[in-house]
Parts: sequence; structure tokens; C-alpha cells
Amino acid sequence: MNGDQRAWERFTPRQRMARFVAYFGMVAAVAVSLRTIEFIPEFLYDAPTQMADLFRRMWPPDAKFYPTTVHGALVETLHIATLGTVMTVFLALPVGLLAATNITRSRTLNLFAHFILVSSRSVNTLVWALLFVAVFGPGALAGTVAIAFRSIGFVGKLFAEALEEAAPGPIEALMATGAPPASVFTKGYWPQVQPAFWSIMLFRWDINVRESAVLGLVGAGGVGMVLDDAMNLFRWQQVATVLLAIFAVVVAAEIAVNHIRKKII
Amino acid sequence: MTDIPANPSGKASRSLPGMGWGAKIGWIVLLAYTVYAASLLEITWTRFAAGLGHGARFLGRMFPPDFARWQLLLQDLAESVEIAILASAVGIVLALPFGLLAARNLMPDWVSWPARLAIAVCRSFHPVIVAILFVKAVGFGALAGILALIVASIGFAGKLFAEAIEEVSLKQVEAVRATGASFFNVITFSVLPQVLARFIGFSTYQLDSNLRNSTMVGIVGAGGIGGTLFAAFQRFDYDFVCAILIAIIVLIMLSEAVSARLRATFQ
Repeated sequence: MNGDQRAWERFTPRQRMARFVAYFGMVAAVAVSLRTIEFIPEFLYDAPTQMADLFRRMWPPDAKFYPTTVHGALVETLHIATLGTVMTVFLALPVGLLAATNITRSRTLNLFAHFILVSSRSVNTLVWALLFVAVFGPGALAGTVAIAFRSIGFVGKLFAEALEEAAPGPIEALMATGAPPASVFTKGYWPQVQPAFWSIMLFRWDINVRESAVLGLVGAGGVGMVLDDAMNLFRWQQVATVLLAIFAVVVAAEIAVNHIRKKII
Repeated sequence: MTDIPANPSGKASRSLPGMGWGAKIGWIVLLAYTVYAASLLEITWTRFAAGLGHGARFLGRMFPPDFARWQLLLQDLAESVEIAILASAVGIVLALPFGLLAARNLMPDWVSWPARLAIAVCRSFHPVIVAILFVKAVGFGALAGILALIVASIGFAGKLFAEAIEEVSLKQVEAVRATGASFFNVITFSVLPQVLARFIGFSTYQLDSNLRNSTMVGIVGAGGIGGTLFAAFQRFDYDFVCAILIAIIVLIMLSEAVSARLRATFQ
């Protein structure tokens, strides 16, 4: 390029190279996956017919099944989600405090807390449920503890980020008065992060309602057990009832959470 | 969440010594609920304590992790990754039109409401439930997992896309529209440039989320490492379970690092 005819370029060569590598990587990943994954294309062509057949078997939903079996299990599911979220409050607070770099000054402790958070988030709720069914036996206790353990990572990470964004002014003022660490937390940090904390918990409760609906598939209580039974017996009209009930509860929970979040933030 | 006021309610300063009445009542209600729900679910201290004993034995059997079957482990992990990549690619491509149709500022009500309903339905059902239905439709294997995660991607990415499009500045849209541009030109030259960076962020987030879920859909027979994990559980092969869990955690950490790099590249 001659000196006079320099054209404006949006990205530096380095950025363009990085973008090219990223695009190339994405396309290559998709291509390699497509070539190596094992599936039978005929099954895909057949899928619409099979789905239509499934929905025909499900219609009409078995309304009589709801009051006898589904309702009680659904209430149990909601209790598992809520109690699990309450447990998370107490488990995630200390881990979040350890993970926040402005509160815990030790690098080792920060890394340890981050390891807990990542492990908690990487292991799926269903896998946690499998673990706790092995520990506590089948039932709602395993499901509740599984929900709580999966939520630690989510809540703890967001809580630590909220703590790190807290304004340092009030904290320095408190420290200057010689306040003990506990008071610095309750009077300095907590009022600043409290709205964020409750809104994170509400958000997680909403997710937990969805997740607790499937815990029963591995024997950890709730409406999933009813779903599993109905499916194993091929009673598709009952399956439809359970699915509709789950859908209604999840939508209601989401609307409620959005409503409350608007009020507290 | 950057500028949370130090004193959100404006009343807290009066109740600085101790808690306010509202907070006290709130904590008491929470405690009462906990006791009530625990009794309802038959969660008792004896069961919990007995469980801790089991837990100790259980942990003892998990360690040391058994990596002897590492070939099977790697093969299953690869299948999980492939499910996640294909589901993300197709899911995000499908989520774009859904998000666009659901954006209330660009579409009339009679288009946006059905699209929003479709996204809400996709999001309401846990991927495992969707996976069960697809296992019935297309048989056991990775295909059911891919289809289930595509549905989940439409639900989550579609909602985020729609929200991002609803927040664009309409001035640029009007400017492009005033030149007589066609509908697709309005989208490509006024809407897309405003939301592209956020879309890429959402997409990498979706890839992470799909990877997490792809390690689990195998529990219901939809391919990936979940099936092997479930089988190891049922055979009480707890040291192999531990190896699988470690592999999953490492995989998720790697994927979070790759997503962070991707986001940085496109910022």
C-alpha cells in the first residue's frame, strides 16, 4: 500500500488473523463432528412420523390422573426446589466470601473456593442426584441436597462478583473506625450486595423448579418419579398430564420471579 | 449491577443496630418454612447423619479414581463434545430467526406472540425430558441428544436474542429504512451490527451450557458420556464414576477457557 492511498481498516492484521482462526476452528469443529458422530439418517427422516404418533397417543391428556397422583408429586417437587434453594443460601455465602478477592486476601483460599464453584457447576444436577441417591438412599432428601450442591456454583460465582463490585468507600470508612471484620461485612458489604443476592437466589429458584422436575428419573423424588413410571408403562396420556402440569408450574414460577425481581431491584 | 446504591431502601440507616422488623419476620418465616418442608419431605437428622456415614464409605470407594478404561472414557467424552457442537451450531442458527420474530419492536403482535410462545415452550422443559421424547422418536443414540439440545438452544438463545434485538436503537433502523432498503437489508445493515457482539457472547454461553447438558442426556439413552456414567453407578463402579466426574470437570473448565478466548476475539 502506498503512503497516500492508505485505506481505513477496522481490524489490525492480528485481530483479523484471530477472527479467521476462530471461524476456521468453528467450521472445522462442526465438520469433524458431523463426520465422526454415529447416527442413522433413516431415523431422522422417520422422526416426524414417530413424533406425530407420539402426540396422537398423548391426546387427550388424562385429567383424572392429576388429582390422584400428579398434584402431590408436584407439590413435593416445589418443596425440593425451595428447600434446596434455602440450603444454598447457607452453603453459597461462605464460598462466595472466600472466592471474592477483595474480601479474602489469600490467593490459595481464592483458588480453593473457585475450585469448589467450578466443580459444583460442572457436575449436573442429575449427576449430583445420582451421587446423593447412593449416599442417602432414594427420596426427596437426595434431591434436595443435589439441588443445593448444584446451586452453590451458580449462586457463589455471581455473589462473589457482586461482592467484588461493591463500592470500597463505606468499607474503608468502617475499617477506619476500627470495626471488627464481622461488622465490616454486615454493615459495609451486606447492604450493598443484598439486592443482588436475593435476586440471584430468586433466579436460581426459578431454575431449580425446572431441574427438580427431572430428579425423579434417578429416584430423587418429586414429579419426575411419576413421569418415569408413566413412561415405563407407556401410558402416554398420563405422561401428557404430567408434562402439562410441569409446563404450567414452570411458567407460573417464571412470571412470579420476574414480578418479584422488578419490585426488589 | 455496577451502581447499586449503598442504601437501597433509604430506611436501613434507622434500623442499623440489629435488623429491621421486616428482615426479622422474613428470616423467621424462612426458618418456619424450612422446618415444615423438611418434615413434609421426611428429612430427619437421623437419616442425614446415617447418610453422612454412607457418604464417607462412598467417598472411600471413589478414591483412587480408576482410569484403566481411559479409551472408553475418551471416546464417550468425544461423543458428548460432538453432540454439544452440532446442537449449538444448528440450535443457534435456528434461534436467530426465532429471536428476530419474537422481537416486539420489529414485528407486529400477531407474529411476535406465537414466536414468544414457541420459545417459552422450548425453555420450559428440561433437556432431559425433551431427550426422552426424542429417544422415543428417533431411537437411542447421539441423534436424540442433539435434537434435545437444539430445542434447549432455541429456548435459551432465542430468548436472549429477542431481548437484545428489543434493546437496539431504532434511529439507525429508521435511517436505513428511509433509504428504501428492503426488509432483509434493514436487518443486516441496521439491526445486526448493533447486536452481533452480544450474539456471539450468548452463543458461546450456549455452547458451554450445551456441553454441560450433553454430559447428562446419556442418562436417558441419548448419547454421550452420561450413559457410561449411569451404567458405572448401577454397577457400583464408584472409582470409575470418580474418573468420569474428574474428566467432565476438566472438560467444562477447558470449554469455559475456550469460550472466554472466543468472546475476547470478537469484542
